[in-house]
Amino acid sequence: MSGLALQFINLLAALLLLLAFAMLAQRRILSLIHLYTMQGVVLVAATAAMGYVSHQPHLYVSAGLTLALKVFLIPWLLHRVIDRLNVRWDIETLINIPTTLIVGIVLVIFAFNLAQPISELSASVARGTLGIALACVLLSLMMMITRSKAVPQVIGFLALENGLFFAATAATYGMPMVVELGIALDVLVGILILGVFLFQIRQQFDSLDIRHLEKLKDE
Amino acid sequence: MPGGQVSAAPQLAAALALAAAWIVLGVAGLAALQRFVLVARVLFPAGAAVAIALVVVALPAVWGTPQTAVLPIGLPGLPFHFRLDALSALFLMVIGGAAAGVSLFSAGYFRRAEGTPPGLLCFQYHVFLAAMALVVLADDAYAFMVMWETMALASFFLVTANHRSAEIRRAGYLYLLIAHLGAIAILLCFGVLQANTGDYSFANMRLQNLPPFWASIAFVLALVGFGAKAGLVPLHVWLPEAHPAAPSPVSALMSGVMLKTAVYGFLRVAYDLLPAQIWWWGVLVLAIGLVTALFGVVFAAVQSDMKRLLAWSSVENIGLIFAGIGLALLFAAYGMDAVAALALTAALYHVASHAFFKSLLFIATGAVLHATSERSLGRLGGLMRVMPWVGWATLLGVLASAGLPPLGGFVSEWLLLQSFLFTPHLPNSFLNMLVPAVAALIALVAALAGYVMVKFYGVVFLGQHREEKLAGAHDAGPWERTGMLWLMAGCVALGLLPAQGLDVLAPVTTMLVHASLTTLAGGNWLLVPVSIERASYAPLFFLAGVAASFALAFFLVRRLYHGRVRRAPAWDCGHPWQNARMQDTAEGFGQPVRQIFEPLFRMQRELPTAFDARPRYAVEVGDHFWHWLYLPAARAVEATARFVGRLQQGRIAIYLLYSFATVIALLVWVTR
Repeated sequence: MSGLALQFINLLAALLLLLAFAMLAQRRILSLIHLYTMQGVVLVAATAAMGYVSHQPHLYVSAGLTLALKVFLIPWLLHRVIDRLNVRWDIETLINIPTTLIVGIVLVIFAFNLAQPISELSASVARGTLGIALACVLLSLMMMITRSKAVPQVIGFLALENGLFFAATAATYGMPMVVELGIALDVLVGILILGVFLFQIRQQFDSLDIRHLEKLKDE
Repeated sequence: MPGGQVSAAPQLAAALALAAAWIVLGVAGLAALQRFVLVARVLFPAGAAVAIALVVVALPAVWGTPQTAVLPIGLPGLPFHFRLDALSALFLMVIGGAAAGVSLFSAGYFRRAEGTPPGLLCFQYHVFLAAMALVVLADDAYAFMVMWETMALASFFLVTANHRSAEIRRAGYLYLLIAHLGAIAILLCFGVLQANTGDYSFANMRLQNLPPFWASIAFVLALVGFGAKAGLVPLHVWLPEAHPAAPSPVSALMSGVMLKTAVYGFLRVAYDLLPAQIWWWGVLVLAIGLVTALFGVVFAAVQSDMKRLLAWSSVENIGLIFAGIGLALLFAAYGMDAVAALALTAALYHVASHAFFKSLLFIATGAVLHATSERSLGRLGGLMRVMPWVGWATLLGVLASAGLPPLGGFVSEWLLLQSFLFTPHLPNSFLNMLVPAVAALIALVAALAGYVMVKFYGVVFLGQHREEKLAGAHDAGPWERTGMLWLMAGCVALGLLPAQGLDVLAPVTTMLVHASLTTLAGGNWLLVPVSIERASYAPLFFLAGVAASFALAFFLVRRLYHGRVRRAPAWDCGHPWQNARMQDTAEGFGQPVRQIFEPLFRMQRELPTAFDARPRYAVEVGDHFWHWLYLPAARAVEATARFVGRLQQGRIAIYLLYSFATVIALLVWVTR
């Protein structure tokens, strides 16, 4: 039974990585949000499975929190933002997508190599997935770098947080509840502030292209 | 008269309460922001009363045993320690004594509608006073640094009271910059002194027996840190900028009192917190002190702005004080405690007398500035006739500053020279050969200080008015007169009662160098620093002698020549008419010094040619240190900033890439 659940967690981890690659390759903002929501669903499932395997009841709470926040609230907020800003169209990337994907593969290999010595120290049942979590973090950071529009960057930031959350769950059965609540609140506040910023940028430059922000640099 | 054993801390509690009273007065000023009469006529005089009370409280504490207190203010688990010992008590008296006069003067000085609202000024002023009092009471590095920075910030805001002028903002910035450089050095010094024990109380620092290398590092850091606040060369540049920028009572406090807190801090570290003295420390401090003194007095001689001149003169006096401290360090390192006490007494006496006469001179310039709205010596002159009060007060201050008997300045300079005469007893032949030259340098500085003061007084108060408007100048008001009278009384008392003054200093030198001057040899009226065969000085007899010979001359002249004077036109050197422009100017008076010490200055002259229709002469005397030290340093900082600024591309993607690269690099490094 436990072996099956472990296989299930590994499957979910693979899905998470696949979704991260999909986000890296995705050009349309609306699809990005859908991908983000799916990532949230996978994360919820992974956390719950983890709770089942390790008999840690607080992981169920954490799964419920993730469900509310990352599957419902934040996607809903993001939908509202792109509706109000009317930015559903395609995204320009700074580097073309095939190149990005190749760099992404290199990052994944790097992350697996990196995670191997660490995961041997861990006592968790799902320690093998630490490499995947780290790869998700790096891929999301990569996505933030390669996008030139503000909304995809925000989504990249949120995906990065997903990766961190998964890493915490996989390696140490989740963080203490207080920390988890704090981080959840941080993400929520962060997205609200970023939303305000998006509107401000748009108002200022009539565009969400962050290249306009280069003008703010002190000469 | 050694005091009785006091287990509690009555004087310390009273001193802390008085410092708190100053803060309360400041907050009251803040509450009555625009109520000018309340602030000027009630709060400032109340501040003066607090200052006098502080002197009264501190005086018995000089003889008492050290008192300590721990107050749970500040951060939780990090209470403020306070301690009142002889050294703190002495400096509290200096602070209170000078601040009383300046506060009384301020009551009449600040005018309506001048830049900063009066209440705000009152707040900054009293916080400044309280911070200075608490600096000398602090007994752990944390409380000390908090008070030290409060003092620096309060004085910064006071300097920039008139912040609409760009020049004043620039002066304030320079002051703040150097104050912070000094504060960093002091912080590092305390870090070394606590010797990795993690306990920053001074009591713990006294117990640490630092090896000579680390003790020397702590000492040099203290010299840099406190030297920056005191104005030792080459960190003196802020003084001639900040003092003219500040309102006059503030300049008086900064020059007369705040510089002394730096002297206090240096003494505290060098003698109290460090376990033992090393001889080369003394040589270093002595050399820097002498250079500072000479540099200050020479630059004072060529200034043509009243307050700038006084600021440079403060640099000179600080140099003399540090020369005395350095000499005492040298003697103490060789175990010659009695002579060390003599040199230290000279330095401490000069601290007190400089506090009084420099505050007096600065507030007098304030009165002149208000009456004439002129600071430039080239536009003043003949003010003795229209401002007799200010004129006489300044005369007294000038005499004390020039080191003439029977005033306070003479006593300290005389004691300093006496202590130099003992250097042949040093067990280091090289130093022995060097010391006569040093003593000569002290004499030169004293003489030039006299020259500077003649110039200052002569150009401002004697002769004829250089401008028409000066004839209408008004004398100081009653509050201002009271303040000046208080400081004059201080100068005179320090001059006439040196034996009693030394009595107060004896416990302080006993605490620092384990010896004191025995004043018993001469009784109450005769000052005998070492032995009666060697030298003695009786100011009252001296004064009586001066008065008697003056009276005799006056009597004889009146008696023998009265009525025989024939009035006729004076021989006019071939000039049938004379006007104010033909008097010796400040520039003219300083010209010999400018010639003799030319290598010290960076001069830019503008000379008229023979064909100029409107001939104009201008000379600007600059400080080499700007061009040799400060401008290169500023350029280096700017170049570094530009280099680092290349990182700043303005593109978020690039910034994210930096984080990304850092994360990758760290991960690789951590898991290596």
